[in-house]
Amino acid sequence: MKKNKIKNRDEQIVRAFAFLVLAIFSATCICGFLLVLGSSFQTEKEIQQYGYSILPRDFSLEAYKAVFTSPGMILRAYGVTLLTTVIGTIVGVWISASAGYVISRHNYRYKNILSFYIFFTMLFNGGLVPTYILITQWLHMKNTVWALICPLLVNAWYIILMKGFFQGLPNSMMEAARIDGASELGIFFRIVLPVSKPVLATIALFYALGYWNDWYQSLLYIDDQNLYKLQYLLMQILKKAQFLNSDAAHSMMGSSASGAEMPTLNLRMAMCVVAVGPLLLVFPFFQKYFVKGITVGSVKG
Amino acid sequence: MRKTKTVKSSLPQRLSTEFGAFRKNAPMTLLALPTIIMIFIFNYLPLYGLVLPFQKYSAAQGVFGSPFVGLENFKFLFKTGTIWPAVLHTIGYNLMFMLLGTAMAIFAALLLFELSNKAQKVFQTSLLIPYFLSWVAVSYIVNTLLDYDHGVMNQILEMLGIEAKLWYNEPKYWPAILVLTNLWKTMGYNAVVYLAALTGLDSEYFEAAKIDGASKVKQIWYISLPLIRPIIIVMMILSVGNMLRGDFGLFYNVTMNSPLLYSTTDVVDTYVYRSLMNVSDIGMASTTGFIQSVVGFFLVLGTNLVVKKIEPDSALF
Repeated sequence: MKKNKIKNRDEQIVRAFAFLVLAIFSATCICGFLLVLGSSFQTEKEIQQYGYSILPRDFSLEAYKAVFTSPGMILRAYGVTLLTTVIGTIVGVWISASAGYVISRHNYRYKNILSFYIFFTMLFNGGLVPTYILITQWLHMKNTVWALICPLLVNAWYIILMKGFFQGLPNSMMEAARIDGASELGIFFRIVLPVSKPVLATIALFYALGYWNDWYQSLLYIDDQNLYKLQYLLMQILKKAQFLNSDAAHSMMGSSASGAEMPTLNLRMAMCVVAVGPLLLVFPFFQKYFVKGITVGSVKG
Repeated sequence: MRKTKTVKSSLPQRLSTEFGAFRKNAPMTLLALPTIIMIFIFNYLPLYGLVLPFQKYSAAQGVFGSPFVGLENFKFLFKTGTIWPAVLHTIGYNLMFMLLGTAMAIFAALLLFELSNKAQKVFQTSLLIPYFLSWVAVSYIVNTLLDYDHGVMNQILEMLGIEAKLWYNEPKYWPAILVLTNLWKTMGYNAVVYLAALTGLDSEYFEAAKIDGASKVKQIWYISLPLIRPIIIVMMILSVGNMLRGDFGLFYNVTMNSPLLYSTTDVVDTYVYRSLMNVSDIGMASTTGFIQSVVGFFLVLGTNLVVKKIEPDSALF
């Protein structure tokens, strides 16, 4: 009896310790974004005087008013981001699901060759330069939305994830359909896809996250301001601010240059919130799927 | 049995059965065709780039017209030696990320494992937030911390009576900053992976240990860790294969690509990017990329081979 009590205390201490440490970790993880959020509600004067802060001294919507009264660039960037995210996600899921299904079927003759063809892309790639030349000089995709969509469409990891899921489906289900005279494609469309909604959702979320957060393709292939994505626009704003603050800018353009056409500090933060916010609002609802994707992916395809 | 049959059958016969099989499989092939084509264009076509390092490439002449120069590019790359710091940084940072990142993630996963489902979920959600932020957003956060005039760090320093620092001009702080930032961003994701492995373990092990009076620490050391070792190994293989790949987003965005910091923050990927975009030195950029790909390839094969020898079950392929 006494021993049992000690055991319980041991367990309680461990639990309390776990709780405390995780609370600290979590706080750090949340605080980063809260800092940007808090700063976006500060007035410009306050930032200039006291610096960025999680808790604004006087809460102001000045930055958001500015964002929404002259939304030009941001709205455009939102449009491009939404467009590429929607198209990329739909096509990407299709690409992953169809190939994943084909290599999951044991009676498909070229299953092994095709699996290797897909898997090899994870082991070896040509690197940045050949891809850059391919997209800019052979495919002429520079400054088109295609450069923002196509390079991210294929992800061998997602295909293998899909394959793993399809292989786990009961074979009897498909046999039954075959006896009823369904073709392989018919089985895929009418039987397999409808029962695969969870994994399709998982993959779709991964694609959507990837497209929404992408700035790298823009950095490489986009000079046209009309095709800036949100993240890239944010990046450019920060870069420009850094440049205007630097000595180079002052000596080049005189001190009058600084501040010209530059979003104010709180406006910058508000734009960051507007760009990131939707994702953080939506994500807790889909967390289940994300976690599933992360864990399935880790336990071998 | 079957073998003798194929030997006997004549060539046209074999071709026709092969063709028949092809036709039978055609619908499935057709289904996968878009993917096959996309992979061919975006993953296999760039492999032509393997010849680039051996050429004196000029855009006007293109890949097929540019003259071959043997190992000139490699010689030049190694002679100028400007790549070495970047290589060292890449490996150094990756080692730090791998060791500290794995340790922290396992630590967090073990802690999460101790909690009730509900608490687990709440903490998991908050730990995952950084994973959902783009590197651009992360660079904004780091900037609100480190900005000279308005940043939180300098506010704190001033409160303590220490002089404010020009963080973006001082390379010596950046190894710590980058390691912390990377830990912060990736810990949640990796913790979820390890937590899943822990949750998948048979609870009987822990029941038995409890009855035997093993303390929590002992349970972790003798049961949890050994049992999730395969997952740890798989994750390690994956990171060893990427040893020569720096996370471009981290090293480019978070440092704001400040040239003053290159002495501690330049990695192979930022080096290649600069050679390509700023200097337009295709030879240098492609040669470096070539080495990166080839070394990465052999690293994965190598580690996998080693793991296969020691622990066949944990090998990736």
